[in-house]
Amino acid sequence: MARMGFLLEKEFKQFIRNALLPKLVIMFPILVMLIMPWVATMEVKNVAVTVVDNDRTQLSHRLVDKIAASGYFDMQPLVAGYRAGEQDISTGRADIVIEIPQGMERNIESGQNVALQISANAVDGMKGGIGSNYLVSIINDFVAELGADRGDETAPAGALSVLYLYNPTLNYRFFMIPALMIILVITIGGFLPALNIVSEKEIGTIEQINVSPVRKWEFILAKLIPYWIMGVVIFSLALLLAYWIYGLAPAGSLLTIYAAAVLFTIVMSGVGLIVSNYSSTMQQSMFIMFFFAVLFILMCGLFTPVASMPAWAQVIASLLPPRYFIEILRSVYLKGSGIAELYEQFLFLAGFAVLFSVGAVLSYQKRG
Amino acid sequence: MDSVIKVEELTKRFGNFTAVDHISFSVQRGEIFGFLGANGAGKTTAMRMLCGLSRPTSGRGMVAGYDIETQYEDIKNNIGYMSQRFSLYEDLKVWENIRLFGGIYGVDEKEIKHRTDELLAELHFEKERNAYVKSLPLGWKQKLAFSVAIFHRPSIVFLDEPTGGVDPATRRQFWEMIYAAAEQGITIFVTTHYMDEAEYCNRVSIMVDGRIDALDTPRRLKSEFGATTMDEVFRALARHAGRKE
Amino acid sequence: MDVFAAFVRKEFLHIFRDKRTMLILLVMPVVMIVIFGFALSNEINNINLAVVSSQRNETVRQLVERFDANHYFTIVGEYATAEPVEHLLRAGKADMAIVFGTDFDRQPSVQLIVDASNPNIASNEVFYTSSVIRKAMAETRPATQEEAVVTTHLRMLYNPQMRSSYNFVPGIMGLIFILISALMTSISIVREKEQGTMEVLLASPVRPIYIILSKMVPYLVISCFNLLTILLLAYLLLDVPVTGGIAGLCILSLVYIILSLALGLFISTVVNTQAVAMLGSVMTLMLPVMLLSGMIFPIESMPKVLQYISDVIPAKWYIMAARKMMIEGQTLAQVYVEASILTGMTVVLMALSLKNFKNRLG
Repeated sequence: MARMGFLLEKEFKQFIRNALLPKLVIMFPILVMLIMPWVATMEVKNVAVTVVDNDRTQLSHRLVDKIAASGYFDMQPLVAGYRAGEQDISTGRADIVIEIPQGMERNIESGQNVALQISANAVDGMKGGIGSNYLVSIINDFVAELGADRGDETAPAGALSVLYLYNPTLNYRFFMIPALMIILVITIGGFLPALNIVSEKEIGTIEQINVSPVRKWEFILAKLIPYWIMGVVIFSLALLLAYWIYGLAPAGSLLTIYAAAVLFTIVMSGVGLIVSNYSSTMQQSMFIMFFFAVLFILMCGLFTPVASMPAWAQVIASLLPPRYFIEILRSVYLKGSGIAELYEQFLFLAGFAVLFSVGAVLSYQKRG
Repeated sequence: MDSVIKVEELTKRFGNFTAVDHISFSVQRGEIFGFLGANGAGKTTAMRMLCGLSRPTSGRGMVAGYDIETQYEDIKNNIGYMSQRFSLYEDLKVWENIRLFGGIYGVDEKEIKHRTDELLAELHFEKERNAYVKSLPLGWKQKLAFSVAIFHRPSIVFLDEPTGGVDPATRRQFWEMIYAAAEQGITIFVTTHYMDEAEYCNRVSIMVDGRIDALDTPRRLKSEFGATTMDEVFRALARHAGRKE
Repeated sequence: MDVFAAFVRKEFLHIFRDKRTMLILLVMPVVMIVIFGFALSNEINNINLAVVSSQRNETVRQLVERFDANHYFTIVGEYATAEPVEHLLRAGKADMAIVFGTDFDRQPSVQLIVDASNPNIASNEVFYTSSVIRKAMAETRPATQEEAVVTTHLRMLYNPQMRSSYNFVPGIMGLIFILISALMTSISIVREKEQGTMEVLLASPVRPIYIILSKMVPYLVISCFNLLTILLLAYLLLDVPVTGGIAGLCILSLVYIILSLALGLFISTVVNTQAVAMLGSVMTLMLPVMLLSGMIFPIESMPKVLQYISDVIPAKWYIMAARKMMIEGQTLAQVYVEASILTGMTVVLMALSLKNFKNRLG
C-alpha cells in the first residue's frame, strides 16, 4: 500500500504540472455547459408555414387565424397556387405548405367531403414530422369546433386533455442537459486515460516501471484514482452549471446521481486505460477511443431513443455502459426516480465498473 | 564460484526472426560483465529477458536466484535497470524521481530522505534538487538515472548503453560510478558498443547475430585474437556478421 | 521528383504498418453509415400504455381493445385509479397513461398523462394516441346525414419515408474528412516534430513544401477512398438518391478534403506535442463539426451568436451543399455560394499555413 502512495503522488504531480490538462478539465465543462444546451437541441420551433388559400372565404380565414394563433408556427406570406408553395419549400422559406382547397366553406356547409393538403420538407425529419402532426391536430380541433358550432353534442371538442409530466414546459434543453453531462464524462474521462499509459510507452518511462517490483494492480489503480476524482469533479462542475445557468436541479436525490456518476466514471477510466494498454502509439489509442466515443454517444440513447432502434441495435446498445447511466441520470433528474426503480440499471453499471477495472489491470502487460 | 546470473540456451524469436539464438553464460557476484555487440546483435533483447521485461521463447535462466520464466516478478526486487532510452520522469523534479523510485522499491520514507541527501551530495547535485529533470544536460541525467537504478541497493544492476551520446569526460565519470557500485558488491551487467569501455570490464561477451561468439576477460580475448585493443577483437568477429546494422 | 515519390512511399508505409489505425480509418465510415442509416431514429415503435378507468362500460372497453389491437401500443396494465400510474411512469415501465372520465358515456372526457422527459417523443405519442381516440369517437358517433368529413393528406417532400439517414450522410462525410485529413495530418507532422525526425527530413535536399505535400498525399488518397465507400454505401444501402450529379459532388468533396488537409497543416504549425494536437483537434474541429455544422442539430434553432460562429466552420458549408446535391437534386452550379465559400477558405488556409510553416520550420 505504501507503494500506491508514491505512485499516486507521481500521477497527481504530473497532472497538475501538465500545461494543458488542468485548464482543460475546468474549461471544457464550462464551455460545453454554456454552449451545448443551445446547440444540442432538437426542439422543434420556428416551423415556417406557407398557406395556399384557394378558398378565400370567411371559414378559410378562420382556419388560417387559428393556425397563426397557436403561436407555434412562423407564418409566411400567403401565396397563390400550390406550385408557389412548393417553391417556398425548395428555397427554404417554408418548412410546411398547407393548401386549402377551393370551395372548402361551401362543401362543408353542404355536407360534402373536404381534403386539405399538407406538404412538409422532410429532409429534417423531426421538424417536418412534428410540425405537420401539430398542424393536423389544429385542423382536427378546428373541425371539432365547427361541429360544436352546429350544436353537435357528441363532438369531442375539449374532451381530450393532456398532462405533460416531468417536463411540463416541454423544454428540450432539460432533456439534453443530463446527456451533455454524460458526454463530458465520456470525452474527458475516456480520452485522457486512453492517452496516459501509451504516452508513457512512447516516452519510454514505462520500462522503468515494468522492471520494478510494482504490482500490476498498484500501478493501474494509481492511474485510475486520479481519473475517478477528476470525473467526479467534472461532473459536479457540470451539475452546478446546469443549476446556475439553466435552473435545472435534479428532481430525485443527489446521492443516487452521484452513486451512478462514480460508477460511470470508473467504467470510462477503465475503458480508457484498456485502450491505452492495447495501443502502441498515441495516434492509435486516440483513434480507437474515438471509435468508442462515437459508438457511446450515438448508440446509447443520448440523442435518439434506444426504444426506437431496430432490435439488433438495441442489443448492441444494451452492451454499452453509457446507456444505463443515461437512463439513470434522466430518470433521477426529470422524474425523481430512486434506486428502487433503477436497481437494474445500477446493477449493470456496477457490473461494467468491475469488468472494466479488472480488464484494465489484466490488459496491462509488464512482460512482453 | 557464486554465479548471480546463469543462462542456458536462451532464445527469443519474433516471428521468423531469431533475435537471441541459444546463448549460454554466467556472471559472478561482484563482477563487471560487459555485454558487447553491434547494434541489432540482440544485446538489448537478451537483457530484457533477464530483467523480466520479455518472455523467452526457449531456454533457461536464473537471475539473483530466481527463474526468469516463472519468478520474474521476484527478480525485479533484486535488480536495478537503466534503459537505453532515458526513462526517468522529465516532468518530475530530481528529488521527486528519487523519491518515487525509492518508494516503488519499498524503501521507507525516512530512509529515502537520508539516502537522497547522501546521493545528491555525492553527485554534487544539491543545487539541482528542485530542478525538473528535463532541464538537466544529458550527462547529468544519465548519472542520475544510474544513481536511481542502484538507490534500493539491488544485487545486480543492468545498464543498457548507459553512456550513449555523451562526451568522453562524462563517460569516464560514469565509469567511476560503476566501479564504486561494484566495490559495494553490486554486480554490473552492462551493454555497450564503445570498445574502449569494454576494457573496463572484468569479463566481456561479444554477441554477433544473436549468438555469443566470444566470452572471456579482455586481456585473454586480445591475446586469443592477436589484437592490441578490444576494437580489433570486435572487428575480427563482426566481419562474419550477417545482420546489417 | 524521385525523392518526392520516396517520401510519399515512406508516409504510406507509416500508415499501412499501423494496422489498427488503418482498420479504423476504413471501417469508421461504414460503421457510421450503418449506425446513422439504420440504428438512429426518432420513430416511435411502441408506446407502453397504462389504462385508468373507474367504471368499465362498453365504449371504454371498445376503445381499450382498439389500443390493444394497434401494434404501436402495448397495454401494460389497467387500473381503477390513477395512483399506480405515477410509479409506472417514473420507473419507465409506462410511457403514457390514458385516464377515462368517470361518466364517460354521457360526458366523454379523456386525459392523457404522458412522460414528457423527451418533449419530441412526447408530442408524437400524444399525436398518435389522440388520433386513435378521435377516430374511434368519430366512428362511434351516430352519423348525421349532412356531416362533412374533413380529411388531411400529408406529403413528405424529398424524404417520403422520413429516413433520417438522408440527413446524416452529408454530415458523416463532413466529419470523416475532417477526422482523417485534418486530425491525421496534424498528428503525423507533429509526431515527427516531437521525435526530432522532422529536422532530419528538413535537412535533406528536398524542399520543405514537398515534405509537407508528401505527408498530405496519403491522407488525400484515403479520404478519396472513403468518399467512394460512403457514396456507394449511401447509394446501395440507404438509397440516397444523389440526384445532383456525382461528378459535381466529388469535386465539392475534393475541395473540402483539401481544405481539411490545410487545416491539419495549420494546426501542426502552431502546436508542438501530439497530445496537444489531438486534444486541440478534438475541441476545435470534431466537436464544432458534430455540433455546429447542422450535422445532427439544425442550425436555425440555435441562438444568433452561435449561428454566426457556425458560419466560419467549413463543414457547415460543405454539409449544406452536399445535402442540396444529394437530396434535393441541385447541381454544383446551383450551390455556387457554398462552393465558393469553401474554395475561398481553402485558399486562405493553405496560404496561411504554408507561410506559418516556412516561418517556423523552413
